[in-house]
Amino acid sequence: MSPILPIPPAVSSPEPALAATNTSTSLSPIRDFLNKRGSGRAADNSFAAVMLVCACSIFAIVLFILTILVMRSHLSLVAFGWKFFTRGAWDPVSGDFGALPFVFGTVATSLLALLIAVPLALGVAIFLSELCPRPLRAPISFLTELLAAIPSVIYGLWAIFVLVPLIRDPIGPFLVKTLGWTGFFSGPNFGVGLLTASIILAIMILPIISSLTRDIMLAVPNSQREAVLALGATKWEMIRVGVLRNSRIGIVGAIMLGLGRALGETMAVTMVIGNHPEIHKSLFAPGYTLASVIANEFSEATGDLYYSALFEIGLALFLVTIVVNAIARLMVWAVTRGAPTRVG
Amino acid sequence: MDFQSRSMRLNHAWRNATNYFIGGLSILATIVVIVPLIAILIHLVYKGASSLNLDFFTKIPAPVGQTGGGMANAIVGSGIILGLASLMGIPIGIAAGVYLAEFGHGKHLANAVRFTADVLNGVPSIVMGISVYSLWVFLGYRPLSALAGSVALAIMMIPTVTRTTEEMLATVPHAIREAALGLGVPKWRTVISVSLRTASPGIITGCMLAFARVAGETAPLLFTAFGNAFWSFKLTEPIAALPLQIYVYALSPYDEWHRLAWAGSLVLIVLIMVSVTLVRIFANRGVLKGGS
Repeated sequence: MSPILPIPPAVSSPEPALAATNTSTSLSPIRDFLNKRGSGRAADNSFAAVMLVCACSIFAIVLFILTILVMRSHLSLVAFGWKFFTRGAWDPVSGDFGALPFVFGTVATSLLALLIAVPLALGVAIFLSELCPRPLRAPISFLTELLAAIPSVIYGLWAIFVLVPLIRDPIGPFLVKTLGWTGFFSGPNFGVGLLTASIILAIMILPIISSLTRDIMLAVPNSQREAVLALGATKWEMIRVGVLRNSRIGIVGAIMLGLGRALGETMAVTMVIGNHPEIHKSLFAPGYTLASVIANEFSEATGDLYYSALFEIGLALFLVTIVVNAIARLMVWAVTRGAPTRVG
Repeated sequence: MDFQSRSMRLNHAWRNATNYFIGGLSILATIVVIVPLIAILIHLVYKGASSLNLDFFTKIPAPVGQTGGGMANAIVGSGIILGLASLMGIPIGIAAGVYLAEFGHGKHLANAVRFTADVLNGVPSIVMGISVYSLWVFLGYRPLSALAGSVALAIMMIPTVTRTTEEMLATVPHAIREAALGLGVPKWRTVISVSLRTASPGIITGCMLAFARVAGETAPLLFTAFGNAFWSFKLTEPIAALPLQIYVYALSPYDEWHRLAWAGSLVLIVLIMVSVTLVRIFANRGVLKGGS
């Protein structure tokens, strides 16, 4: 790269007519400085190199986690293979490890949480982006984002002391009376169980889905809305045809991001799911999720195989959330065309 | 009305009714969403405020069965861990963000880094915790230490800080950079003194956002910082942390500890809400308006 300012050629003999103050021997301070500095290439390149190294730290983190999880779950992978996730027994005493109950618990709570959260999140997103009066928009969207800021351990605390008694008394018997015929609400109701965990998960993933959906709906150009309105549509028809239809892929991506969060959520679920590694049909029954078993049993694990089995669960959790998040981000990016406006 | 047939009028009535119905449903959904939030906040304040006294902020937990005591060691411990994590995570995150915004235009590597950072944001925090635990064991150190906890939290901060820094730097108008380059300022100096300085309020709010996010994280600390019932300032020893203490107390059978858990939650959530509100207030300030 050439210097910013051209260096004047050396003057061999000063001409009397051009004997001004800044030729030949005395250059202006700026030009002097620039000459001394040279092209500055080395400083620029090393600065760019340092920034590049820091950017590659993100790759390093992913590789590090992957490597170390694979290393530490080696024993369990060798002993059980990937059939680990279809075996039903979790018996640390006899060294028999199978993760099926945890897979069931994780999938059941996540799906039920999605079932509860998605309609509500879509409703909030529609309300905030299309129907809300302008002065109310900022406070309400601020409140829903506040939901996302509450740490999960506080959600768990509230769930233990408020939600569990609620499920035990007013809500549980009500569900048995109305929906007991489905067979999903049989058995004793202690308040902790799959249902409570799903409800608190739904509350936690709701702000993610709704704020992303709102961003996606705002990315639809106004011309689409106006075109549908010009055809004589009501407001809901305009939303349905002009906005939602165009942002279908993005909304699916937002839902998948919520699913990814629900799959990996640890603290709040651990506190209210009952921690019992068995599979039951009833939603009142206690369950166990992949993240909860790691949280509960990691510090008390004895023996290398036990540790290894827990690491294998962690590895599966890592891979599944990466895949789900990658697909979701691709979908959201495809609709918003470029860097998504919300982080995380 | 004479021009509309009966079927047309029915159709319009049906469509209008659906319109109002869906409008009502969405308002109902918003109410259903806001109600638990308000309920949680009110409950926190109600339960926690009565237990907040000077003891809470100055004393360590009392032995089981005795009343009184506080969470001072947890608050200070959280401060230490979070401070260390910020020291490690924020510079790396800002540097990565600078790379993405200033040096990475259109490069495939930059797109890959951006995508990976977004994906990394979604990885469960407990996976980070057990990974750092294993790293410490692998390196031969005792894994139950404050430093391990800080590293786990720093790993969680880096993707968030990277993305927000990149977004804030992207709002700096190109004209300023070009003006600086045109004056002969080297690229590295332009980035530091012009771009970063212009976007610094936004970058600071991004760091506060990441800070607020990891302040409430418990799972990575379960097996690294581990918790401590006494004062501890050594980085190679287990240390108490506020979310950890809340978790342990919430699951305990003692009423006194439940009371402390509520108070601790109130402190934690006030801290986080203050950060989030400040982020909201400062989000649009300090960046030159009028882009190019």
